[in-house]
Parts: sequence; structure tokens; C-alpha cells
Amino acid sequence: MIRTPLRPLARILEARERGENPDAIERENLRIRHEQMRDKARGRAEGRLLVLGVMFFCAFSVIGVRMGVLANSEPSEPRAQVAGASIVAQRADIVDRHGRILATNMETHSLYAHPQQMIDREKAIKELMVIFPELNEERLRKDFNGPRKFLWVRKKLSPEQKQAVHDIGEPGLLFGPREMRLYPNGHLAAHVLGGTSFGREGVHSAEVVGTAGIERYFDEKLRDPAREGAPLELSIDLTIQAAMERVLDGGMRLMNAKGAAAVLMDVHTGEVIAIASLPDFDPNDRPANPVNGKPGDSPLFNRAVQGVYELGSTFKIFAAAQAMDLGLVTPQTVIDTSPPMKVANFRIGEFNGKNYGDQTVEGIIVHSSNRGTAKMALAIGARRQQDFLNSMGFFKPTGLEIVEAAGGKPLLPPKWTDLSTVTVSYGHGISASPLHLAAAYAAIANGGRVVPPTLLKQSGPHMGERVMSEATAKSAVQMLRKVVTEGTASFGEVEGYSVGGKTGSADKPKENGGGYYKDKLIATFASIFPTNDPKYVLILTLDEPSDNSGDKPRRTAGWTAVPVAAELIGRVAPLLGLRPEVEPGQQAGIQLTRN
Amino acid sequence: MRSLLYVTTFLGMIGLAFWAYHENYKTQAALGEVEQLQRDIGAARERLSVLRAEWAYQNRPDRLRDLADINFERLGLLPLRPEHFGLVDQVAYPQPPELPITDPVDVSSAGAQEP
Repeated sequence: MIRTPLRPLARILEARERGENPDAIERENLRIRHEQMRDKARGRAEGRLLVLGVMFFCAFSVIGVRMGVLANSEPSEPRAQVAGASIVAQRADIVDRHGRILATNMETHSLYAHPQQMIDREKAIKELMVIFPELNEERLRKDFNGPRKFLWVRKKLSPEQKQAVHDIGEPGLLFGPREMRLYPNGHLAAHVLGGTSFGREGVHSAEVVGTAGIERYFDEKLRDPAREGAPLELSIDLTIQAAMERVLDGGMRLMNAKGAAAVLMDVHTGEVIAIASLPDFDPNDRPANPVNGKPGDSPLFNRAVQGVYELGSTFKIFAAAQAMDLGLVTPQTVIDTSPPMKVANFRIGEFNGKNYGDQTVEGIIVHSSNRGTAKMALAIGARRQQDFLNSMGFFKPTGLEIVEAAGGKPLLPPKWTDLSTVTVSYGHGISASPLHLAAAYAAIANGGRVVPPTLLKQSGPHMGERVMSEATAKSAVQMLRKVVTEGTASFGEVEGYSVGGKTGSADKPKENGGGYYKDKLIATFASIFPTNDPKYVLILTLDEPSDNSGDKPRRTAGWTAVPVAAELIGRVAPLLGLRPEVEPGQQAGIQLTRN
Repeated sequence: MRSLLYVTTFLGMIGLAFWAYHENYKTQAALGEVEQLQRDIGAARERLSVLRAEWAYQNRPDRLRDLADINFERLGLLPLRPEHFGLVDQVAYPQPPELPITDPVDVSSAGAQEP
């Protein structure tokens, strides 16, 4: 910038020559300079004001536009992340102990109708009747022509049926998505799984709620979204369950029984590996609850858990074990079992009026002597017997994880007299479910500790309180082994697996009181295998069996339940991973030891 | 010097604004992609569950048993029973191959059998 001097020398000299005041020139120049400075400052200030104005205008415009946009748009959450993996199914799968599916879900469709939107109702009804012959035509016609604006036609459709309905081309027939429960194995483990039905229903979805079995028991857990669809692992083994049902079905037919039940249980963990009750049903198409007839004859009835029966002589081992545990007897104590024996004016007899004479405790169990057991029970006394049976779980439902288990409450004598003590000792006058018996035999098999039966997979042994000493339990197992080798259960021998067990044949009490049937009985075989290192108990019960292969029908457990159980053990033991072994001889004097 | 500072600050601001703008759109795109993937996962899981159900249905013990019965002549499958177990010494091992002769030695009777 060229700086103009305030006192230019040329003009000063000139002014001096003319006699003027040179200061005037300086003032003049100063004024001009000040004016220039003022103009410049104003220009800059105006420019700044303009910029500021524009800025304010822009800022207010942005705010105004934004306000307008906000006022005119739908509110929405700002999105900074996406939710994690969504829940796939509304109900978790149920799998067996190896992860094989027992129950899962399927996407399907339901069919509903809006009659007011229908064009040709008669045609629609006719076509629907072709696709679903089970529908009621009259009812459909009434509904379609009635005042209702919405009605369900079918709850579940297969894809083929859906296509067929679609092909009718009727705009008043509509589909809604449905999740349905599928049991791919059909009848298998039907009583454990129970079944499901739809709860609250809407057009777009429907609740699937458990109606029976484990589906009902764990209904909330299965539907809990917090589990994120983690499957419910059961202790059931699919293969073994299938084998059991197959063998049991065959046995039931062969023995002309009207029903059968079996329980296979791990004696250390209490896991129920397989549990079956025949006749059974298909949980995919669960039949309605029976309205007439005996509820116990319905296929829905779970004989293994709900059915309480007098299980007969299988109870004798409890009296023997308790007497040994209390130190009243040893396996070799001799007891006189000869008649007559009367308790409260009631004659205690033996099967077929036999007389076993003097017998050791072992012999009493082997020959299944009522009188011998009765004498031991009397020595034990009513109170101690009740305590023992109570600790074994015979006084309350088993607590298995299916809703029906609560219904399996044992029937006990109303007044525990001496006669009750005697009859209970050989399994009469007390009714319990086969599962109760399995749990009690498991306590003997595992060395004397109560183990509650469970349907859930366990990670390790699950032992309760001790009910008898280990030595007693061991002697009891040896006695049970002898029942098979030399006693009433001789058909129970399975090559390679030393089976021990006790038979029980109890006459069925008449429904309307007044004694027992002569030709209807419940045959039970309670077994433990392998006896040298017990791992599993198997209880097998046949309802009214009759082996008609001989001259006259044979109904006792030794002829009916035992062969079926032996076949079953021979079938499932290899599947359980048990190696068949040659049993160490009794005379060898060598005991198997384990670390 | 000061103007250089202003200029660099201004450029830096523009640069950051540009970066933020891009990041925003990239995030939106990623979110959209994730959502699509979630949908795909959902569909895949649904398919998987159907396939699992199908697998379980095809492998139901009843069917396998029937198939084993139908194909018994070809496969000879039987239910596993205790007598099917054997001992290790009952297994017929393949014969070890004969050792190859690497250095044959001539003997005086070689070829004696030949005419």
C-alpha cells in the first residue's frame, strides 16, 4: 500500500512561498485519510453484517425446514445397531439323550373363511368337502350362509392341502401362518411327550401349549424366550425306547395281555432311559380324553407312572432287606414257613397251597414264600416297615417330570394293622406304580441309597439319603440273582448278563370290592442287571397276561413277565453299551473288585 | 501463518465432515446388510428345522426297522444281541503280505525242476 505523506514536501514548500500555513495541508490530508479509513471500515462492517445475515438466514432456514420435516414425518427410533439372532421357534425342541429329535416345530398354515367375501359358496363347500372329507357339509353350509364374518375351517394344513384350497380360487378362503408341534417318531415315547394343542389363536399366529406329559410339565420353560430355543434334553434313549416298545408290544400280544408297562432306569443317576406303556397313542393326533369306560383302559393312561397296582411278591425283597439291615436276620437265618399261620384271624397261605418248610431268608426270597416274609415283617413291626417304605418313596407320587406323575399316588392301607404289615410285606394291600418299584429297586442296586427318578439328562450320579447299608444291599442283590438262577424267575436268565430279579403275580382286586379275581392278575418282574455291578433296573408289568401255550393257561409272572423281560434285556443291554460277560462262578472264590 | 492455520483447520473440518458423512452412510448400509443377513439366517434356520424334522421323520425307528426287514436279503441286518459280541482273537486278521525277495541268490539246484 502506498502511504501518502501527511506533509508532502513539495506542497509545503509551495505553501511557504505563498505565505500560507502548511499545517492546513497536513489537516486536509489527515481529513482525507480519515475519510478513507472510515469508508473502508464501513464497507467491511457491511460485508460482515451481510455474511452474518446470510448465516442466520441459513441457520434459521435449516431449523425451520427440520421442524417442518419433523412435524410432518412419522417418528422413528434412531438406529445404531441391529438386534441379535432372533428366536426361531416359539417352542423349544425336545431331544433324547443323544440329541435326536423327539418333538420339534413345523411351519404350516391354518385355513379360515370370510363368508362375506365369498363369491360362490356352494362351489367352495363342494371343493372343500373333496379336500377334507372329514368336514361336516351341513355345518359348513350353515356357517357360510350365517351371519358370522369369520370362522375357522381347519387348524392345520399340509402344503398339498393348502395348494388344493388355493386352487379353488375363492377369495373368501384365507390362510394364516401356524406353528405346529411335530413328533417325528409317531407313537414312540408318547406317554412321556404327552401332546400339545393350540391355546389362544389369532389369524397370524397361535399359541402352542402342552396338554400332557413333559410338554405340559415344562410348558413355561419350553416357551421361555430367554432360553433362545435351547432344546430340552431328556434322559430317554430313542433307540432303546424303540426296542423296548417293540419287545413289549410283542410280549403283550404273545401273553395275551391287555396292557403292559416297562421302566428302564439308571440306578446311579436316576435317569429313566426308557419308559413305555401299552397301548399307546400318537401324540401328533392325541385322542380326546375318554368319557366312558374305565379310564385305566384308555391308551392315554400311563400304566408305568399313573397306574398303581398291587405289585405282589416283588415287595418281598424289601422286607428281607430291612430285616437284614436291622440285624434281625442274616441271609442264612432259618425261618419255619410251614402252615398254619394266622394273623388277625386271617390265614396266610402260599401260592398253590405249597409248604416250603424250614427255609433260610435266601430260600424264602428264592421260593417267594408268603409266610416267611410275613414272619420277617412281623419281626420288623408296622412302624419301622412304614418308615422304610416311606424312605423308599412308596408313600408319595414319584415326582417324575410329567404331569401325570402327580396322579400316581400310591394306595396305602387306611389303618396299618398287623395284618396290613403282613400283606404289605408281600405286596398286597399296597398299590404303587411300576416307576415307584423301579426307584426302590434302584436303591437296592446302587448300594442302598435312594435315587429319585428323572426324565432329564443328568451329568453325574444323583444320590439321596441312605436307606440301607451297602452290605445289606449287596446281599439283597445276590438273593435276587438266586431267584433267577434257582427260583421263580428261571426264564429270566440272559446269557452274558447276570440278571437278578423278583417276580410278582398279584390277583387283581374286583372294582366294586369283595375280594380278588381268580383269573386276572398283574404280573411283574422287577430286575437288576448286571448283578455283579448293577447299573440298570428294569421293571416290566403285564396286565392280565395269560400264556395259553400249555394245557391250561399260565398267568404267573414267572411264565409271562419274566420271558418278556429276558428278551428285553437281551435286546437293550447291548444297546446300553454293556458287554456280555461270563459270570464269575460262585465257587471260584474270586470277587470282582473295582477301584 | 494465521491464515494458513485457518485454511488447514477449514480443510480439516471439511475433510472430517466428508468422512463423517461417508461413515454414516456406510453404517446405514452395514445395518441394512446385517438386517438382510438376519433375515437370511432366520430363513435358513427355518429351513434347517424343517430339514431336521424331515431327517428325524425319515430316521424314525419304525421306518428304519421296516427298511432293514425289506432289505434283509441284501444287508442281513439283525437287532444287536449279546451273542453278536466276540473276542478279539475271533477276528480274522488279513495275512501279512509276503516279504519281497530283494537279493535273490543263485543256488546250484536253480532250475532243477525245469525240463
